[in-house]
Amino acid sequence: MREQGEDRESREDRAEKTQPPGDERSREEPAAATRPAPEARSGDPDPPERSEWWRRGFAPGGKRHLRAGALIGVLTAVLGFAIAVQVHSNSSSDSLQNLREDDLIRILDDQNARAERLNQQIADLQNTLDQLRRSGNSNQVAQEQAQRELQSLQVLLGTVAATGPGVAVTISDPQRNLKAEDLLDVVEELRGAGAEAMQFGPVRVTTSTSFSDAGDGVRVDGQAVAPPYQVVAIGDPKTLDTALNIPGGVAATARNAGGEAQIDEQQRVDIPALSTLRNPKYATPTGR
Amino acid sequence: MIAGLALIAGVVVGLLLRPTVPHVLEPYLPIAVVAALDAVFGGIRARLDGIFDAKVFVVSFVSNVVVAALIVFLGDKLGVGGQLSTAVVVVLGIRIFGNAAAIRRHVFRA
Repeated sequence: MREQGEDRESREDRAEKTQPPGDERSREEPAAATRPAPEARSGDPDPPERSEWWRRGFAPGGKRHLRAGALIGVLTAVLGFAIAVQVHSNSSSDSLQNLREDDLIRILDDQNARAERLNQQIADLQNTLDQLRRSGNSNQVAQEQAQRELQSLQVLLGTVAATGPGVAVTISDPQRNLKAEDLLDVVEELRGAGAEAMQFGPVRVTTSTSFSDAGDGVRVDGQAVAPPYQVVAIGDPKTLDTALNIPGGVAATARNAGGEAQIDEQQRVDIPALSTLRNPKYATPTGR
Repeated sequence: MIAGLALIAGVVVGLLLRPTVPHVLEPYLPIAVVAALDAVFGGIRARLDGIFDAKVFVVSFVSNVVVAALIVFLGDKLGVGGQLSTAVVVVLGIRIFGNAAAIRRHVFRA
């Protein structure tokens, strides 16, 4: 279309160059002021007056011309006014104000899409935040659980002092007849009855506690313990009592040896003795 | 002469008053201005050609403005307002260029 226009223009240019200006007007498009009025062209009733009129400009040459001049003045004044207004409103006011309906709709759509995108982003980030918060929580839970596990393991391994219901056993052996294995039986019996923590004399009994005979009594974990033997165990007092008193059990053995096992069920016994853990030298955790 | 003075006077008045364009007229004012400019350039050319007619100028001025605004209005109603106003501006721009070329030839003889 643009090329067409240029073609047309150049054609007009050529026409202008070759033809006298007056003739060219006859094939000019309508609506421009370049076409003479029909009566002026056909009849040519007053060409001298007209040429005189426009040559003199808008000087007072008659009522009609005065009116025409005034009308033209008004129109051009309106044009100038409109130009000023348009330029002013175009440059000063908010750019959205001058946009067409379609453009506004498009902009609104863009904004809506953008808002949607941003909302989506907000939701995603919120999700991530929740996830992180949840994982933080689960970390904390795991940590608490590990802490509890650690404490129970510490009790079982004898690295911390413990307290709770249990029994306090005093085994007297005036004739020194009880051997290390008899005393180990006491420990095994108590352990079998569910004792969770034990102390033999001054020694904390753990999984690796050793009993060996010594000249005047017994050696527990290398430490000499003489009768009467004091054994404290934490567990269900009744169960522990029963376990020690079963026929052929600890109490019977002590009696046979000429001694006596005195068992006190207590609601609260304290085991202050600690054992030291050896760091494993060969075994390493597999991480499972 | 009078037309030029009136144009300047209109610009001055517009700058002084700084009126806001009514919302209804907003899409049509720029097109109307371009159409009126086309009429004015046509008038100047006609005057230089010696065939200026006040009546033709007035009629063409008004009808140019009205038709341009009407086309844009119709385009808006049909949903092609943006494209149609572009088309009107292009057509009027071509005409203004043509008239300006004719005026240039008259004024500068080149």
